[in-house]
Amino acid sequence: MDGIHDMGGMHGFGKVEPEENEPVFHAAWEARCLALNRAMGAIGAWTIDEGRAGIERLPPDVYLARSYYGKWALRLWNMVIARGFAGADELATGHALHSAKPTKRKFGITEVPRALTRGSFARPAPAPARFKVGNRVRARNIHPQTHTRLPRYVRGHIGIIDAIRGCHVFPDSVVIGAGENPQWLYTVLFDGRELWGESTDPTLKVSIEAFEPYLQAV
Amino acid sequence: MPHDHDDHGSELSEMQLRIRALETVLAEKGYIDPAALDVMIEAYETKIGPHNGARVVAKAWADPAFKRSLMEDATKTVQSLGLIDRVGDHLIAVENTPTLHNMIVCTLCSCYPWEVLGLPPVWYKSAPYRSRAVNDPRGVLADFGLKLPADMQIRVWDSTAETRFIVVPMRPAGTDGWSEEKLAALVTRDCMIGTGLPKQPSEIA
Repeated sequence: MDGIHDMGGMHGFGKVEPEENEPVFHAAWEARCLALNRAMGAIGAWTIDEGRAGIERLPPDVYLARSYYGKWALRLWNMVIARGFAGADELATGHALHSAKPTKRKFGITEVPRALTRGSFARPAPAPARFKVGNRVRARNIHPQTHTRLPRYVRGHIGIIDAIRGCHVFPDSVVIGAGENPQWLYTVLFDGRELWGESTDPTLKVSIEAFEPYLQAV
Repeated sequence: MPHDHDDHGSELSEMQLRIRALETVLAEKGYIDPAALDVMIEAYETKIGPHNGARVVAKAWADPAFKRSLMEDATKTVQSLGLIDRVGDHLIAVENTPTLHNMIVCTLCSCYPWEVLGLPPVWYKSAPYRSRAVNDPRGVLADFGLKLPADMQIRVWDSTAETRFIVVPMRPAGTDGWSEEKLAALVTRDCMIGTGLPKQPSEIA
């Protein structure tokens, strides 16, 4: 989806402003919000890719105006309703009115250690890797309406396979309900001038992590 | 745990209400136990943070065999330290050299190596950092007060998949014979993201 979330290379957002001695959370609701989102992920309410797509579907003005955890709160609200875990009427009244949707598990204290660990997305390879380290590849010029992890700023540009990272769950497939469809993942290295033009700092190189279907041989 | 205040403006109030409604309804329906949320939050506030990454970098500086292993397979090698219960798959360590500076970003969202650095700071998730890191890294570094030599190669790693990156910065001069514990005090969160350099020995004396 060519959404507002795909920010690499955009202009006009101003300076980066680090906060001295930043706390882990700036308010108690942020901590609850993070934990609730992780908890729903842990009970299998949605996958990490579907969750990201939920953030990306927020309207662009909302995406830009809301804080980070503000976006997470809206995503949680929308997805809980969209996937039938609670009704809009229940969230509006703040209390359960209907029976619960069956889930694989509940989020209790014994689930916490697993929820704190990043999931494993590596999968057995269905076929040999198509590219080798050092191969020249072009990032495809694709513009899916649905979630993708190929950022706009590399599309159509030529890079070099820098590393092969194994075979992983393919997010583009998960979010359209087509299953994990594992794909080889590569680190692809681009020259800064290839991406941003001849006037770019010649010392710059940028890499992305690219799934094999994002790439074509050149 | 920080406390909510009433003077943070309308978004906070709206968000407090939404989160309260979500937590109450999801708990009443039996999906979640609020006490489990408390345990998770406490872990993020106390157990998981850049102190873990600092120990990894300090050990890499002090122990060449550990560093070789770290560069080869960071997930397995960090796991061996036993700092946290389990290190996520595909943690990748990238090393600064006298001619190469590495910097980590996630232009699409907020991917970050939580297990070694904790939750990302607000600036890492902000539009200015995500937009500029890939085409104006020197400008971004200037926002952090950092100026690198003009001929230093800059390599920006955009975390667009489930691989995660940690920068191993160069060991500061004047630290020969230092213990891992003392070395770890030089390792800042930002130097493991690539938006800073380690502290100098004089800064912690």
